[in-house]
Amino acid sequence: MKAAAGWLARRLGFYVIAAIVAVVLNFLIPRLMPGDPASVLFARFQGDLDPEAIEGLRKTFGLQDAPLHEQFYSYISALAHGDLGLSVAYFPTPVSEVLGEGLMWTGLLAGGAVLISFVLGSSLGALAAWKKGGPLDTVLPPLLAFLGAFPYFWLAMLAAWVFGFQLDWFPLRHAYADNLAPSFSWPFIQSVISHAFLPALTMVLVSLGGWLLAMRNTMIGVLGAEHVRYAQARGLTPRRILVHYAARNALLPNVAGFGMALGFVLSGALLTEVVFSYPGTGLLLLTAVRGQDYPLLQGLFLAITFAVLSANWLVDVVTVALDPRTRT
Amino acid sequence: MTRIFTSLWKSRQARVGMGLLLFFFLMAFVGPFLVGDPLAFDGRPLLGPSAEHWLGTTGQGQDVLAQTVVGARTTLLVGLITGSLVVLIGALVGGLAGTLGGKTDDGLSLLINIFLVLPGLPLMVVLAAWLPAGPVSMCAVLVLTGWAWNARVLRAQALTLRQRDFVAAAQVSGESWIRILFVEILPNMTGLMVSSFIGATIYAVGAQVGLEFLGLGDLGVVSWGTNLYWASNDQALLTGSWWTFVPTGFCIALLGFALTLINFGLDAVTNPKLAHPQRVGPTPFIPSAVTPSPVSRAAKP
Repeated sequence: MKAAAGWLARRLGFYVIAAIVAVVLNFLIPRLMPGDPASVLFARFQGDLDPEAIEGLRKTFGLQDAPLHEQFYSYISALAHGDLGLSVAYFPTPVSEVLGEGLMWTGLLAGGAVLISFVLGSSLGALAAWKKGGPLDTVLPPLLAFLGAFPYFWLAMLAAWVFGFQLDWFPLRHAYADNLAPSFSWPFIQSVISHAFLPALTMVLVSLGGWLLAMRNTMIGVLGAEHVRYAQARGLTPRRILVHYAARNALLPNVAGFGMALGFVLSGALLTEVVFSYPGTGLLLLTAVRGQDYPLLQGLFLAITFAVLSANWLVDVVTVALDPRTRT
Repeated sequence: MTRIFTSLWKSRQARVGMGLLLFFFLMAFVGPFLVGDPLAFDGRPLLGPSAEHWLGTTGQGQDVLAQTVVGARTTLLVGLITGSLVVLIGALVGGLAGTLGGKTDDGLSLLINIFLVLPGLPLMVVLAAWLPAGPVSMCAVLVLTGWAWNARVLRAQALTLRQRDFVAAAQVSGESWIRILFVEILPNMTGLMVSSFIGATIYAVGAQVGLEFLGLGDLGVVSWGTNLYWASNDQALLTGSWWTFVPTGFCIALLGFALTLINFGLDAVTNPKLAHPQRVGPTPFIPSAVTPSPVSRAAKP
């Protein structure tokens, strides 16, 4: 147990360092860009915004004439109070407030899709390796590799057009019907599910192949291992060998890869949200880009990064729970 | 390189992939001379496919076929250049970390892992939003956010190579680490570097298209990403004009598929374990860069 705690603490230390890098990058990027960001920014908003908003922008970015270290100090102290400035697109709502709801919907949609894809892909991969050269093994990997080659958002556009527009099976936009108020009632939950179905489906289809192949290749290695041959020699049922002896061990590297892949999968999820106008962080990202809402953009980067880092640490905790070797 | 190519030719998957790739090269570098001006307004907006416009017209009345063909050029060029730069940086950083070991390795590994764990797309969007739009900025953003995965894979390979006898012999005979890196280690990773290059190109094409779709590219340049941006901007979904986004998306997928097929073929060549798994004795799992792991497969937004 002690070794596991030490390992988890080291991982936590790493994520803290990564978070610090993100915070520093977030501070430096606007300031290192060619030209003078302050004047570029204000020139863009000249006449569009009231002086109050411009003052807010100035404060958020600390793009005053103060020396860099003083700017950094005011940036950090604002951040420590959860103050990410005011959004330009949703003026005068604070960025932190805009982010909250977006993060919730992205967590629901992307989190759900990633979990479904991981469980389904790993199971199919284990089966494909078990019957190497069988129909599952020869048909599925190339098919999914082909599907996986499509850009997430393009497959989403196609699905939206076929199932949303042509066939009208699923709603095309938003996270729930406009005439419902958020509540824990059945019609509302039903509406949320039907709105999330198509975007989630495209995400699962595109990412399934990666999990399948990784699991298949690890399984092939594990199936050749001594303990599996011993289990075979003992005359255990194939089902028991498959699930308890092979798949269980092969899953570990896949779980470790899960954390790493999270950031990438999330990137795809953000674009899928844009296609379906799903009110998560992806749509906010688009709003921020189109509206040149730099405070929101910077806030989104930080919030998404922190969310991914936390999820990674959770995966580490799960790894410890799954792998007895780390617990000794 | 020739050796890799000849053995690659034996794999049916790789042959199909290389044939498809050749098609896209022709499309990108010869095609633009065969089709009309992609930006000319030469038809009514949103016409369906017809004899005059084989793939119909866009919301601005431009020819979709011409835009798809010409778009291949920008997208492929940015993809290939980014792919090369990513592998170059990956080989240098990864090779350096693997060859030198010790504190250098610790520091570089930390840097690699941090860039791996930071979510790519938000970082790309923040960078691209501040940089002036254009192909050079696009390459810079993609390289900056995409180098780490290859560096990690190549570091692992350099680390195992360093323990081989021929490297030990070179060390004993007093060769400098620079010579060891460039003469002993890097030339022995060519296969892996080729497959990393292919993987990086897939990533670069996907990420580039994604960023342009969000409106972060140079919208005056015809590329696959901007084609999709305009299709979505002109409400392709609500007007049911599928021909404005289907051809481009299909090309992107086909290109990615071709590159993946080549990598499958390479995999069989460079990693015999995968083709003929040993049934005797424990087979340790070798995380191979060539195998599309969830990370490298999902590397495109």
